[in-house]
Amino acid sequence: MTLSPTVEGEGKTPAGKAFLQQLVRLPWTWRITLIYLTVMLFIPITAMFLKASTEPPARFWAIATSPLALATYNVTFVTSIFAALLNGVFGTLIAWVLVRYDFPLKRLVDATVDLPFALPTSVAGLTLATVYSDNGWIGSLLAPLGIKVSFTRVGVAVAMIFISLPFVVRTVQPVLQEMEHEIEEAAWCLGASQWQTFWKVILPPLFPTILTGIALGFSRAVGEYGSTVIISSNTPYQDLIAPVLIFQRLEQYDYSGATVIGIVLLSISLVLLLAINFLQAWARRYDSR
Amino acid sequence: MTVDKPSFHSTASDTDTAKPKQQKSWVPALLIGIAIAYLALVQYIPALNVFVQAFAKGVGPFLSNLSKPAFLHAAWLTLILAVIAVPLNTVFGLCAAWAIARYKFPGRAVVLSIIDLPFSISPVVAGLMIVLLYGRNGWFGPWLQAHDIKIIFAFPGMVLATAFVSMPFVAREVIPVLEEFGKDQEEAARILGANDWQVFWRVTLPSIRWGLLYGIILTNARAMGEFGAVSVVSGNIADQTQSLPLFVEDAYKQYETEAAFSAAVLLALLAVVTLVLKEILERKTRIKDVE
Repeated sequence: MTLSPTVEGEGKTPAGKAFLQQLVRLPWTWRITLIYLTVMLFIPITAMFLKASTEPPARFWAIATSPLALATYNVTFVTSIFAALLNGVFGTLIAWVLVRYDFPLKRLVDATVDLPFALPTSVAGLTLATVYSDNGWIGSLLAPLGIKVSFTRVGVAVAMIFISLPFVVRTVQPVLQEMEHEIEEAAWCLGASQWQTFWKVILPPLFPTILTGIALGFSRAVGEYGSTVIISSNTPYQDLIAPVLIFQRLEQYDYSGATVIGIVLLSISLVLLLAINFLQAWARRYDSR
Repeated sequence: MTVDKPSFHSTASDTDTAKPKQQKSWVPALLIGIAIAYLALVQYIPALNVFVQAFAKGVGPFLSNLSKPAFLHAAWLTLILAVIAVPLNTVFGLCAAWAIARYKFPGRAVVLSIIDLPFSISPVVAGLMIVLLYGRNGWFGPWLQAHDIKIIFAFPGMVLATAFVSMPFVAREVIPVLEEFGKDQEEAARILGANDWQVFWRVTLPSIRWGLLYGIILTNARAMGEFGAVSVVSGNIADQTQSLPLFVEDAYKQYETEAAFSAAVLLALLAVVTLVLKEILERKTRIKDVE
């Protein structure tokens, strides 16, 4: 409101004018792309950062590090990391099995790995909450062991595992597919065991790719809302995740509170995006050799 | 499960050099077993559960759940959301793909990352940004109120949220295809006197059609299934601003589990159709690669 005139004012400076003239000369595909990105992405992100900047830094820090907020980061990030790492191991194993072995219904298994991408998150949350509830198909087997899954932090982890598994599999699979067999065979000829071959020959070049998959899965798990909100009981300090806290703040019309937590989440996504780009560049170095 | 073939597929001639003598036959079977077990626990059993729960009391109650007005309204709304968001993002995706694949410029990687950004932004944060812009206290709030336009807690906000989260799919699928296709044929057509539109319609579009279709299908699946962003901006008012995914959650919270699962089955079928079409399109592009 008070900020918009200054933004418009900038467009009238000489530098801005030259920039505008350049914009006018762009091909129309570029114009549509830029206009759409501006309306849908740049203005909303700017609005959020400007809204956050109206808070004095001390207050911003106080909201961002309030005990409740810290507890939600703990649940969100620690659980996401756990889910992503677990998927790093099992996702790599699944990719390995799909690339190297033949077994009945392999094509079906391959096609259904993408299920979490296609299944709406509220449906995923609903069915995971049911299956892992105390009288659900899997939950009823775990309940006698004293393991409660639905409506606890473990449930949040299960939802995050579900949602982030395809990222690891689909990142590792094509790289594994293109790997040369000759190097492995050479290792065997030189007397390496299966385990040595895997550990010393296959894993090192695959490692950046696996990390990329883990980072992609982690980034999705941190932002996930639909499935986690349903399977969790959303109890503060126990299984309340950061996206739900934003939602609750908005429901209470506490816009600055929601914005501050939102900025924290957004910044983490941006950092992760950079990290993923870096990891992909690192992985690509192995291609050029 | 017996897997007699050695895992590292070596041809008959080089079995001597790379003799899989160290290969223990139980290793592949064990690994396949673990992989399937993990997938079953995380994906297959929950997916199966949707269908079993929905039909637990037979087809009759299932159908009666599907004929309730709240459900019908939600399904209709979901359809309209997709009908608006998918073409919008298809046009944007095509323009962005063309702009990025056809021009070499510094900072290309940055632009690509920017286009991917909606994927890495949490849906709730996406919804929050829309509220901060168009809400009562947002940038455009006073202006919108003066002109009596309602965006938040109304249909236009849901459209914005849906379009936001499903934005990158088309561009992402089309860019690699367009890059691989190259611009030789387009230039040839232009030399032969075709105008921009003819070049696009007769040369470019046929060559990118499978990639484009793939992108559209993914856009549609996300648009129909989006929950987080839509639930922030819609206010989740039954019979008014409740899309199908919101209906699922709402019914579940009201302890109408059967209604929730009946609606969930429809969304699960949407997922199945998406996966099947995806597989078909992947096979088509793979066949083209071989040619």
